[in-house]
Amino acid sequence: MDKRLERILPRVQKPARYTGGEYNQIIKDKQKVDLRVAFCFPDTYEIGMSNLGMSILYHTMNSLPYVWCERVFAPWGDMYEEMKKAELPLYALESGDSLDQFDVLAFSIGYEMAYTTVLDMIDQAGLPLRSAERTALLPLVFAGGSAAVNAEPMADFLDLFVIGEGEEMNNDLLALLHTAKTEGWDKPEFLRRAAQIGGVYVPSLYDIAYHPDGTVASITPRDGAPERVTKRIVVDLDSAPYPVNPVVPSTEVVHDRVNLELFRGCVRGCRFCQAGYIYRPIRAKKPETLVKQGIEALKNTGHEDVTLLSLSTSDYRPLPALCDGLLDYCESRSIGLSLPSLRADNFSMEIMEKLQKVRKSGLTFAVEGGSQRLRDAINKNVTEGDLLHTCAIAFAGGWNSVKLYYMLGLPTETDEDIVGIADMAGRILHCWRENAKNKNRGVKITVSTSCFIPKPHSPFQWEPQITREEYLRRVNLLRASINSRSVVYNWHDADTSVVEAVLSRGDRRLGPVLEEVWKNGGRLEAWSDYFRFDRWMNALDKFGLTAAFYAERERSVEEVLPWDMIDVGVRKAHLVKERERCYSSTLSPDCRHQCSACGALRLMEGGKCDG
Amino acid sequence: MDKLRLRFEKTGRAVWISHLDLMHTMQRAFSRAGYALKYSEGFNPHPQISIALPLSVGVGSYCELMDFRLNGDTALAALPARLTAVMPEGIRVTDCYEQVNKFALLKYLEIRGSFEYDERPAGEMAEELTRFFAQPEIVIEKKTKRGLGQSDIKPAIREIAFEAGEGEVLLHAVISAQEPTLNPALLPDALRQLKPALAPDFAKFTRIENYLENMQVFR
Repeated sequence: MDKRLERILPRVQKPARYTGGEYNQIIKDKQKVDLRVAFCFPDTYEIGMSNLGMSILYHTMNSLPYVWCERVFAPWGDMYEEMKKAELPLYALESGDSLDQFDVLAFSIGYEMAYTTVLDMIDQAGLPLRSAERTALLPLVFAGGSAAVNAEPMADFLDLFVIGEGEEMNNDLLALLHTAKTEGWDKPEFLRRAAQIGGVYVPSLYDIAYHPDGTVASITPRDGAPERVTKRIVVDLDSAPYPVNPVVPSTEVVHDRVNLELFRGCVRGCRFCQAGYIYRPIRAKKPETLVKQGIEALKNTGHEDVTLLSLSTSDYRPLPALCDGLLDYCESRSIGLSLPSLRADNFSMEIMEKLQKVRKSGLTFAVEGGSQRLRDAINKNVTEGDLLHTCAIAFAGGWNSVKLYYMLGLPTETDEDIVGIADMAGRILHCWRENAKNKNRGVKITVSTSCFIPKPHSPFQWEPQITREEYLRRVNLLRASINSRSVVYNWHDADTSVVEAVLSRGDRRLGPVLEEVWKNGGRLEAWSDYFRFDRWMNALDKFGLTAAFYAERERSVEEVLPWDMIDVGVRKAHLVKERERCYSSTLSPDCRHQCSACGALRLMEGGKCDG
Repeated sequence: MDKLRLRFEKTGRAVWISHLDLMHTMQRAFSRAGYALKYSEGFNPHPQISIALPLSVGVGSYCELMDFRLNGDTALAALPARLTAVMPEGIRVTDCYEQVNKFALLKYLEIRGSFEYDERPAGEMAEELTRFFAQPEIVIEKKTKRGLGQSDIKPAIREIAFEAGEGEVLLHAVISAQEPTLNPALLPDALRQLKPALAPDFAKFTRIENYLENMQVFR
């Protein structure tokens, strides 16, 4: 171990997250590999080690014999300060080698608020921030993850982006880089060729022109780069790689458990939800595959919990069979099975009872809108009747805590809708009084609101965000409407939402803003400990930009959007249609009832959408 | 099966795993190796494992002891290798046997340490350290549950010797493990308080062996 590191570790919180050496880590002989990949997660170890995508891609990249892929996480503030003081550069956990010994820095970006941490990690690797200033072929610095569907604010800093699912695409890219390194190509040649790989977006091969008002005038590809980069997907999830031997952290992380992914995509089409559109088409795994992989992973890790992951667990058709298969193994071994993302509308007694056998947790419902009209407008297909029915079963079954999540500021929301949230909480309280078996224990109903953020590639991508002041007015209206002590109201601050709204629909002109925020100490800004609203506003100001331009402005459907070169499968015309249906509060049937021909199916040659 | 005892090493990168995390790591390792730990009865069942004298984070050991119970019988001879195969780097199980002595009888710890000096000559320091720890009493300020207190650490040091190495002074000592407990970190702390000129730039420790009151090896 590096002497400097050894002296720092006794002084920092939770040192085990900085040492590596965990069970199932992948160690290779660095003399015998041709490409060393630093897989960088721009957040802490505890968050990154809970991320299934990170775990899958760590294994797929390491499946290439000529590649050794190691993990790198962002140090927490105390460690960061100590590393600066000791002049200890950022290092990878497996080998402990500093990042200057790597051929590739690959970032996984799931959230816009991680952008400044990406810059910070590039800097801690001792590299210039901007792609144009890194003239050599190696190290290649690229990124993927759900934030890459609008990569424009980060376009100056990364050599390329991978759009969509990385299982196959990353390895295609690494194979090309392997050839490039062996044959001694220069960076421009490599980037030109990489742009021909499906799903690879090379921002430097696209010229962006702006209108005087700041909107995008045109996007022009050069050197044979495709006009639109189409998202890559994995067609058959049953045969797709799944790590049954994931790294087992030696210290507590956020999700200490085996994660099983039921399916990708979502049949629901909630109009505010980016994930519901960018992960289409719907592809499910067979329950047999999941049971087999789940048991194997439990054996290989020794975890005491297994969780079923998807955007909407209740929409997994063979859910009862899957639960039976897993519970057969789990119950006798005291292994907990948890099912997040259940819907209120088809939450069955059967599933609930199955879970009760192992462990009982609180009920959480994402209701999103306070009235049926608003829920129809956003296509959140939950009725109050379903919700009350589900709660009645749950209260009768002994549950006594319910969490309800809403967004304020959704398109078409009125004050009546906001007061409706308080009314609904009141009716759930009434439902508890009528159904609870043991009233002595009391009930806790928690209402939480956050500020709606319009996201690219969703039907609301053209919508304005409400201002901070307006959000606070709506929060106060709701506070005043809640008058029971059993109902607790929590609201998220709108400050982060504003910055997130700017970044998620931002363009390349935000590059200097990100750099400025980083220069002024911005990193790990997904954490309220480190987030500073003023730092962002000052940086925007410095470059003559405003948050309002990006966040609060309604965009015309004719406007060229900064992310128009990215094709996630769903056609723009479908998004336009869905947005129009919002204004007439018209529900769209879910994919199971009627295919909307959204366009995502064309991503899947010969495949069948499970919608 | 009755109370079993595991002897294991915790060295290298594993020294940074905290006591609580180690308990969890052990639990998972048993599960990976296919051993069913016996759980407590009751509302929130947990495996019945206990580790003697929890190590401070950063301290290594060649002589950790952990008591546990298993459901059903097993061949104890095979257990160390099977467990070691599923451990994180730095944890190696060296023995497994039925418990003989209660942990309360563990009296002394043999430790080795390294006091690193970046600027000062190790030879000179080794002599000075020997002289310092030969004093009849070494009274330091120590944080206790009731706030700051005065404490003489000398009676807890049974043997201590220093030897000059390369940029470091090697320490070899036998200290009291229980009643009173001497945390080895108090040795450089004493220097910082009473003779800063001798305080090392960095100190680290490793446990070597456990002893009974009569200096027989504690098993």
